[in-house]
Order: sequence, then structure tokens, then C-alpha cells
Amino acid sequence: MNERARRLLEIADDELVLGWRDSEWTGIAPSLEEDVAFSSISQNEIGHARALYELAARELGTTADQLAFDRQPEEYLSAPLVELRRLEWARTIARHYLYETADAVRIEALKSSDDPDVAGLAAKIEREEAYHLMHAELWIDRLLATDEGRSRLREAVEELWPYALGVLDDELRPVWVSRVRERLGFELPDVEPVTREQHTEELRELWEEMTSVRRSIPAGAEW
Amino acid sequence: MIYEVFRQERKGQPFQHAGSLPAPDASFAEVYAREQYGRRGESVALWVVPREAVHEVDEFVDELERNYHRVDGYSLKAKLKEARERAGTPAAGDR
Amino acid sequence: MSQREEEFLEYVQAGGQVETGDWMPDDYRAKLIKFIEMHGNSELMGVLPEREWILRAPTLQRKLALTAKVQDEVGHAQLIYRVVEDLGKPREACLDDLVSGKAKFHNVFHYPTRTWGDVGVIAWLVDAAAIISQKALLKCSYAPYARIMKKICWEESFHILHGRDVVLTMMNGTDEQRELVQEALTRWWGPLMQFHGNPIPRDDDPMFVWRIKSQGNEEARQGFLDGYVPQIWELGLSVPDPALRKRDDGVWEYTEPDWDELRHVVTGHGPRTADRLDLRKRAREQSAWVRSVVLAEAA
Repeated sequence: MNERARRLLEIADDELVLGWRDSEWTGIAPSLEEDVAFSSISQNEIGHARALYELAARELGTTADQLAFDRQPEEYLSAPLVELRRLEWARTIARHYLYETADAVRIEALKSSDDPDVAGLAAKIEREEAYHLMHAELWIDRLLATDEGRSRLREAVEELWPYALGVLDDELRPVWVSRVRERLGFELPDVEPVTREQHTEELRELWEEMTSVRRSIPAGAEW
Repeated sequence: MIYEVFRQERKGQPFQHAGSLPAPDASFAEVYAREQYGRRGESVALWVVPREAVHEVDEFVDELERNYHRVDGYSLKAKLKEARERAGTPAAGDR
Repeated sequence: MSQREEEFLEYVQAGGQVETGDWMPDDYRAKLIKFIEMHGNSELMGVLPEREWILRAPTLQRKLALTAKVQDEVGHAQLIYRVVEDLGKPREACLDDLVSGKAKFHNVFHYPTRTWGDVGVIAWLVDAAAIISQKALLKCSYAPYARIMKKICWEESFHILHGRDVVLTMMNGTDEQRELVQEALTRWWGPLMQFHGNPIPRDDDPMFVWRIKSQGNEEARQGFLDGYVPQIWELGLSVPDPALRKRDDGVWEYTEPDWDELRHVVTGHGPRTADRLDLRKRAREQSAWVRSVVLAEAA
């Protein structure tokens, strides 16, 4: 697999798995209004995954659905941060903020790709992701504004920090780390990132469930 | 706090009341209104207003029956007939 | 009934509309709250059987469509509880009564979903049964409720399209896929026939008397059968009721639904009632801090 396809799949897999995780809040989010808003975010993420898969699919001679569903768990390139399951709300918001801010750095870099398709798609994704960032920032503001909110957020961010460090590569990571430290004001130590190669068991469980209907009928069936 | 949401379906159309939602502040209200009244592309613009800023006026008094304000206060038919007869012109529809 | 109440009754029966601040008889307000609250509860509980399948949707398109559908239902609950709140019962009180089992929700949401076939059948036929009732509610005497029904009906039309698309794709697929649809239909037929309630004459139904509902239960059921049985039969699917047929006078005959089952289920004894209410209760408890710390009114 060439570098271009690999980069696309990395982001696509992140968006797919995060979208899947975020969609688990549909129906049980802290408020009805937040439920509706967060569900849109999860749908956008799946939509971005689909667009990225389609771009990669042309090159790899396959389809977006096949890339999304028909690989084995160890072939996915997602970051462990997005794989973690059943996070309660403070951790969900922490992940949301950490991921969106990291992703923004990554997408910004992609916009200056030599490849016009990639650059074009990155620009579109960035315009949509602006709303995700706005939403995440709103929640961060609100949580930081009270003692209880701040304490819960801090605990959540500290726990997710090693995973969050694994989203970006060595080149893009530093600028993101200093932005986050400044914004949150928490002590976030330099630790070993949990990298993409270190897939969690939770990804396999997700994959089993996610592909259960699809695998129940021989490949090629229409759904 | 309750916020009232008005939506505009297309440019040029009036803003119409669409519903209300609770939110802790205006920023949240905007996010929630955007989702509830725009996620399917059904609105091009929204006004999001705290409920207390909306003042309802629903009692109107017209004790003296101001019929000059209403269409039914003017009966032209008989006068028009007379004027045409005087001028010897047929009614516009008769030609 | 007092004279003022008599006049109000005549007013609504003649098609008069009522706004939030208008005077209304206590009984009207109470019936309204009960009816609308049950609708809100149903939208919210309806989410639970479907959201499991969001995780198992077999294509990206289906995943998106199903997530959007369930999102709409949460949105409907939001609209509906707002209306109830403006009538005097706060959302938290409604949710308390829901999880404690005090308040009701529609029968169909007490049953399990077992396969992707259920996903298609529910989106197509359960939503169809609901839309028959919801279209009639566009004429509700209580205007704020009638107004939100417009948005609700518009969004429901997407759900039925999605449901039909899922079903048709499977019916045109493999034998196994066709069997999934038939099996789901066979299981859901009973609850679907009970959905519109027992055939109480509409003039005996207080909801109709006050023009909260603008049609009787049997009228709704006949509308459902007339609209959807032909659609079912044309796909080669069979309905598990040998007595089902349309008479020459246009009325559908069918085997009398099990009204005891309906009563048993809606009073909180459905196969999945307890664990779904428990899921709601736990989710609510775990996120209580969010509501008090973040979502409460800004200081």
C-alpha cells in the first residue's frame, strides 16, 4: 500500500471508529438537545470516513463499504484513542476535544497536498469540522467554568492523554501538544504515546458487532 | 433558559416561529437550534431569541367598529352601476 | 360541566384552536398532558430497540440513514416534551414518571428486535402506523401540538422511505434475506394490529370528544390496512392472519387482535419493558451531573 492510500485510510479509520463510538450516544445523551447535536457529529464523522474511503478505494480497486467493513481488525489503521468504548460523558467530551484539535492540525496539513483530490476533500472536511471544534470548545469552556466540571475534565483528559498523543505523528504532534496545554491549563506530562500499532481489544469487539449483519450473508449481497 | 427559534425556509421568506428549546446560554442555544431546525437543510437562517425577550400582544379593541379600516366598509357596486348608467357605458365584463 | 366548559367544548368541536395561554377546562388540560406525554415517551422509548442496529448496519449508507432516523425520534421527543412543559408538566417530571413505570408508551416499543429484517419492517410499517395517527393530529385542537406535528410528519416520511428501501433491497436479494423480512413481519403483525388501540367508538373516546384526536382508533387501523396491506402483498410477503381481507364495501376484516396482550404490555409488562426502562434510568443517573453542572441555566 502506498503512502497516499495509507494516510487516507488512517484518517478514514479514525473517523469511522470514532463515528461508530459517538453514535452510541444516540438516544441516551445527557439531554435531548445534546443528543440531537452529538448525533449529527457522529454522522458527519461517518460521512467523512466514507468520502476518504472512496478516494482510497479508487486507487486500491475496491469500494468504500468494502474498506469500511471487509478488512480484518488488525488491518485497520485507527488510533487507540478512538477505539475506547463506553466512555462516560466527561471522557467523551475530553476525547472529542483532543481528537478534533489533533485532527484539525492534520487536515490543515493535508490541504496543502500536491494531490488536488486530497487537498479538495481536506478543505471540505475542514469546513464541516469547524462546527465540531466549536461544539467541543463550548463544552470545554463550560466544564472549565466550575470546580466540579474542571475536576471531571482534568481526570478525563489525564486518563486519555497517552492515547491522544498517538493520533498525530512526530512531525505534527508538538504544535498540537503546546496548544492543548495552553488551552486547558492542566499538567500534561510527556509520556509514551499509545500508537496506532497498539490496537485495543475493543477494536476487535467493535468489528465483530459492526460486521455481524454484513457477514451473515455471503459476500456480495446487497443491503 | 428557554429560547424561541424562528426559521427562514428560503431567502425572501418571512421568519416563522418554529419551536423552543432549553439551553444554558446563547451559544448552546445556537448550536441546538442549528441542529433541531437545520440539520436536514430545511432552513437558510434562524433567529434564536430568549423567551423573555418575546412580548406577546393578543388583545385588540375596536369598540367603535372602524369599518374604514376594512374592505367590507366600502360598497362600490351600487355607486358604480349608477355612474355607468349616467355615462352610458356598459359594464367592463359585458363587451 | 360548567357553561364555560360547554362553550369550550362546542368551540373545539367546531374546529376551534387553543393556544398555550388560553383558558382551558382542567379536564382538557389533563387529557392533553397525558396524551402528549405518552407520545413523547413513545418517541424516546422507540429509540432503544433501533439504536442497537445502528452499531450493526451493514453498509455506510444504512448506518447514516438509521442514525438520522433515530436522531429524528430524539428530536421529536424534544419537541413534544417542550409542549408538555408549556402546559405545566416539566420534562424531568415526565422522565421520572417514565422510568418509574407510572407513565405509558406505545406497545410496539416493548418488544425485542431480533434481526436486520426487523429494522426494515419497523421503519416501514411501525412508522407507517404512527404516521396514520400523526397525520390526524395535524388537526389537534391544541395548536402548539398541531404545529409540531407538521415537522414530525415531514421527518417521518423519510423514515418510511428508508424502511421501504431496506425491505425492497432484501426482497430483491437472497432467499435468506427474504426470509429475514417475512419472519420479522410475522412477529410484528400482532403488535401492529394492536397499535391503534381497541375499537372504542370515537364519541366514547375523551381524546376525540375534546378533538385532541381527530379520528377514532378503528378509523386509524382501517387507514393503515388500506394503505399498507396491498404494499405488503405486492412483494409476495404473507400476513399471518388468514381472515385478513378487504370487503366489497371497502372495510378490512381481520382476526380480532388480542386486547388483553395490549393492556398487559402497555401497563409495563412487555418482553423488553423492564430492561429498556432500566437502561433509560441508568443513563439518566450517570449523566445527572452534566445537567446540573453544565446544562443548568447560566448563573
